[in-house]
Amino acid sequence: MAEQIKTPEQLQERFEHCAHCLEKKFKCEPGHKAIVVCGDTGCLSLNSQSILEEFQKIIKENKMEDKVTVNMVGCLGFCSQGPFVKIFPSETLYTKVTAKDAQEIFDKDILKDEVVERLLFVDPQTKQKVRKQEDYNYYKLQHRGVALVSKADINPEDIDEAIAIGAFQGLNRALHMSRKEVIDEVLKSGLRGRGGGGFPTGRKWSFVPDTDEPKYMICNGDEGDPGAFMDRSIIEANPCAVIEGMMIAGYAIGAQNGYFYVRAEYPLAVARLQRAIKKLEEMGLLGDHILGTDFSFRCHIRLGAGAFVCGEETALINSIEGKRGMPRPRPPFPAVKGLWDHPSVVNNVETLACVPYILREGWEKFASVGTEDTKGTKVFALGGKVNNVGLVEVPLGTTLRQLIYDIGGGIPGGKKFKAIQTGGPSGGCLTEKDLDTPIDFGSLIKAGSMMGSGGAIVMDEDNCMVDVAKFYMTFICDESCGKCSPCRIGTKRCLDILTKICDGKGEPKDLEDLKELAKFIQSNSLCALGQTATNPILSTMKAFPEEYEAHVKDHKCPAHVCKNMMEYYIVPEKCMGCTLCARNCPVACIGLTDKPAKIPGKFVHQIDVSKCVKCGSCMSGCKFGAIIKR
Amino acid sequence: MALVNIKIEGRDYQVESGLTVLEACRKCGYQIPSLCAFNHGKCSRASCRVCLVEVKGARGLCASCEYPVNEGMEISISSAKAVEARRASVELILSNHEKNCLQCPKNGHCELLHVAEMVGARDGKYVGPMTPKTYDEVAPGIIRNSAKCILCGRCIERCKEAQGIAILGFENRGFNVVVSPVQNRSFANVPCMQCGQCVNVCPVGALMEHSEIDKVDEAFRQGKKVIVQTAPAVRAAIAEEFGEKIGTPGTGKMVAALHRLGFFRVFDVNFGADLTIMEEGYELIHRIKNGGVLPQITSCSPGWMNYMEYFYPEVIPNVSTCKSPHMMQGAITKTYFAKAHDIDPKDIFVVSIMPCTAKKYERQRPEMDKDVDAVLTTRELAKMIKRSGINWQKLPEEEFDQDLLGEYSGAGVIFGVTGGVMEAALRTAYFVLTGKEYDKIVFENVRGLEGVREAEIKELGIKVAIASGMKNASKLIQEVKEGKSPYAFIEIMGCPGGCINGGGQPYVQPNLLPNEDDDILDTYRQKRANVLYSEDERQVIRQSHNNKDIQKLYKDFLGEPLSELSEELLHTHYNPNREKYPEGK
Repeated sequence: MAEQIKTPEQLQERFEHCAHCLEKKFKCEPGHKAIVVCGDTGCLSLNSQSILEEFQKIIKENKMEDKVTVNMVGCLGFCSQGPFVKIFPSETLYTKVTAKDAQEIFDKDILKDEVVERLLFVDPQTKQKVRKQEDYNYYKLQHRGVALVSKADINPEDIDEAIAIGAFQGLNRALHMSRKEVIDEVLKSGLRGRGGGGFPTGRKWSFVPDTDEPKYMICNGDEGDPGAFMDRSIIEANPCAVIEGMMIAGYAIGAQNGYFYVRAEYPLAVARLQRAIKKLEEMGLLGDHILGTDFSFRCHIRLGAGAFVCGEETALINSIEGKRGMPRPRPPFPAVKGLWDHPSVVNNVETLACVPYILREGWEKFASVGTEDTKGTKVFALGGKVNNVGLVEVPLGTTLRQLIYDIGGGIPGGKKFKAIQTGGPSGGCLTEKDLDTPIDFGSLIKAGSMMGSGGAIVMDEDNCMVDVAKFYMTFICDESCGKCSPCRIGTKRCLDILTKICDGKGEPKDLEDLKELAKFIQSNSLCALGQTATNPILSTMKAFPEEYEAHVKDHKCPAHVCKNMMEYYIVPEKCMGCTLCARNCPVACIGLTDKPAKIPGKFVHQIDVSKCVKCGSCMSGCKFGAIIKR
Repeated sequence: MALVNIKIEGRDYQVESGLTVLEACRKCGYQIPSLCAFNHGKCSRASCRVCLVEVKGARGLCASCEYPVNEGMEISISSAKAVEARRASVELILSNHEKNCLQCPKNGHCELLHVAEMVGARDGKYVGPMTPKTYDEVAPGIIRNSAKCILCGRCIERCKEAQGIAILGFENRGFNVVVSPVQNRSFANVPCMQCGQCVNVCPVGALMEHSEIDKVDEAFRQGKKVIVQTAPAVRAAIAEEFGEKIGTPGTGKMVAALHRLGFFRVFDVNFGADLTIMEEGYELIHRIKNGGVLPQITSCSPGWMNYMEYFYPEVIPNVSTCKSPHMMQGAITKTYFAKAHDIDPKDIFVVSIMPCTAKKYERQRPEMDKDVDAVLTTRELAKMIKRSGINWQKLPEEEFDQDLLGEYSGAGVIFGVTGGVMEAALRTAYFVLTGKEYDKIVFENVRGLEGVREAEIKELGIKVAIASGMKNASKLIQEVKEGKSPYAFIEIMGCPGGCINGGGQPYVQPNLLPNEDDDILDTYRQKRANVLYSEDERQVIRQSHNNKDIQKLYKDFLGEPLSELSEELLHTHYNPNREKYPEGK
């Protein structure tokens, strides 16, 4: 049975104790060391669990359990370099570690204080090795610590470590304020919904009527944008922050029950959430008379079956009720008639994770960061054609250029930047000319995209924008709930046209039809999914009109992606006649010409385009760069 | 009701607050095309996006079927944006709709076609592959063609609202969504009552009765003696099929039409209804006098019988063993009538005209599949009349054939409305139990269209209850199952309002009936019921036991109610182990 925390005094006592313990762990007494291993889903899938176990084994073998500790921590955010191992007190950060490296790290770093150079991160731009996390350019421009745990060094499965960094201090403060004061505090902070809509959170809370009927607080953890994993990482790294945020929100709207709606594809997040809820119930931090007040609150978890549309709040409510996840028409809004027809507020994971910070640190501190339009920070899942892939928390107002080049480390392979897609399937593409746009809700919409939940996918010259639009349309087509006809049928008809264009059968008229239809889907659809479904089409058509025209007029794909409009070609001047491509070809369509190649006695190769299946294995295998797409 | 001021196309109107924009516009004389919206222009789905209008200040276009009016609202139906948006929605729906309109069984009643005309939809504006098609013709009562379906969801709502069993729902995701029974099964392999309420509200040809016109044609071709019998409720609605207003009696013209279609005899199932009252009434009296299982529950409605077998087999001992009236009459036609006319029963082909799709299932039940050979709905009969070139307006009024099964009482007529069987039974039970006729004839307190009603019959010292629609009835049945029912006799009808609102009756589509009142969906049941009650009033004989042909039937053939021969011909049994989800699709 965990120690109870039933009064503010007990919380304070526990906080001081835990903070002291955590500091001791990181500062380490002489001869003592602490190892932490990244325990996010991404790193776990690269087997970071086995690294942890290997360390445990080695420590045991060396009988150093009392001197060296090892545990999992939440996401460090630099996913392309994972799994990470961090050593305290030196704070040396090792990247791309495998279980085999554990022995070496132990022998050198733990025992002899020697740095294992080969496991240090090499900055792609400076080519320098970097030892400490704070020296990474990737982290320098970030502002971690609002929604994410600042250095992610706490054990997400240990409530005490969460308390050590201030968990439930915000709740404690809120419980000594009136509901209205809490709402005002959040209003003043300027917090806007991080799920995509950007609606002011405090205002959303204030819509809940002050009646006696049951009310519900709902946390939307149904993160579904392709490539986005902010919410997953936030829950996995610090479930207490989200629970505390929900409790504060629950207090503010007068709810006694909160529902976490998390997709079932996030088993680790669900497990950590469940564990935390159980623990908090045992500690008395969830249940009746929280911290000695009249406030009672309980948390429940509902798993989503992975339908994208269930991220739409009314569809999510239907799903919690056990119904098919289909949006409801509004009005009535959920704040008036939501879950089981009672007033309900749905907030995104990241939004709720920001709430304890606001209450703990005060709205002024939260609002000191950000732009006039949007205060605070935002977590992005940076991905695509960028050197540093991962999860970043930046102050709002950071420009796209800073995000891509300073944090993201630029485009790999010296390729040319083409576009950045923000806002997931509902968002749009921004180009070179938009790179100095400061990131906030208003500016991104003005530039023709949207912030969305925080997906940011960088594209380079090798991406065909028609193909990108087609990718998102395929996704939306599969994910439409099928309720309203513009979204159900319209997105399919858009996809039909895009497929026709990408197959090289497009006509100029298709572009007019596509644009017209895309606009009808925007104006006619029932919910936000449909209303934004064609944004990827409209924004790429606007930003890259010449690329669309090349497809339908010249039947050419400038990026050589659309297979029916490109071919692989062997440049005779470069071909050495080594036969590797011919051996790699799965359909044996590469033959010889009678033209002598550079290697004496060999002949230049040639692709029989009529047989080629355009798999690209010849090109990726060629060591001389002799094969090109054209 | 408070009033609000609104503007439509810049003109000022005052309408009741609480209305939707669609309703308010209709009241002010504007017709906004709509598909998924049904009763009152209200709907819970707002899914077809055909009724979009522009509302000043609102974000984007508004679905008028769902959007409430409020003070100062400015609505534009005819703005270019709204007009084009509505047309686009319809054109998109058409692009995923099987457009073989000429062969469509819904031809003439298709709301999509009507809406397409209203919005000026262009041919082939959007084209592309269609959602994979399912054509389910396995169930005897209802056919489902998913390629016609526009996913408006009316059928889903109706099944929930009327029967509370939600047989239909959305399956799959995205473009592959279909409205279907679970797992895209056939209606035959789910616990569907086959009541046809879903068919009644389908705006297109996605849900239809399983037509048996071909069977009837074949019987004529084979030279069989085709005898037709029409259910009481058919006369209350058939005229609607020929452009008459709802509530126009159609008895005489219907009989005239049937004569012209060449039927060997034209009988009224009211005779069978009178016979049912004799059997069922005596069964009730027998139960009361001998301490049998009470309450007794009626068995006329095959939809209810299906529901009972699927969901409440425990109440089988309470359910009357009587066959339904047309099955009884079919059995008598092929025995008593055949014998009297010296016809081989094999040469007789009995066609029932019913307001019902479940009757098509009922006649195929193995325990009584010889009694009736085909069941046509009211709608199918109208189709037969139309295709034979008969001009309804010019038909004379004719009488049913008086030949052994010809006479009927007023008690039989009111079988077609909820409470009618109860009232007919009470008229006879009163006579049997007290030895004299009930002087008022009419038992007013069992009449009405509310879903559940109870009445105390002081004169007989019993309490009775009446319910129509399974959602309403389930409470009564649950009481019976738990042994807590305070009633002696319960009448249950499968469809809300009884047979006048059966799944085979003419469609009531306000959008296609410009001459009917705005509130026709609230009043059509009462209007049809009135046809039956006034026919009852005009009858000289008002009680089943006074029907001379019935008396002759017992004297010459059956002996007495519940006799051995009666049991054999007129009674049936039920399946306590009916599988809800049998294997196979």
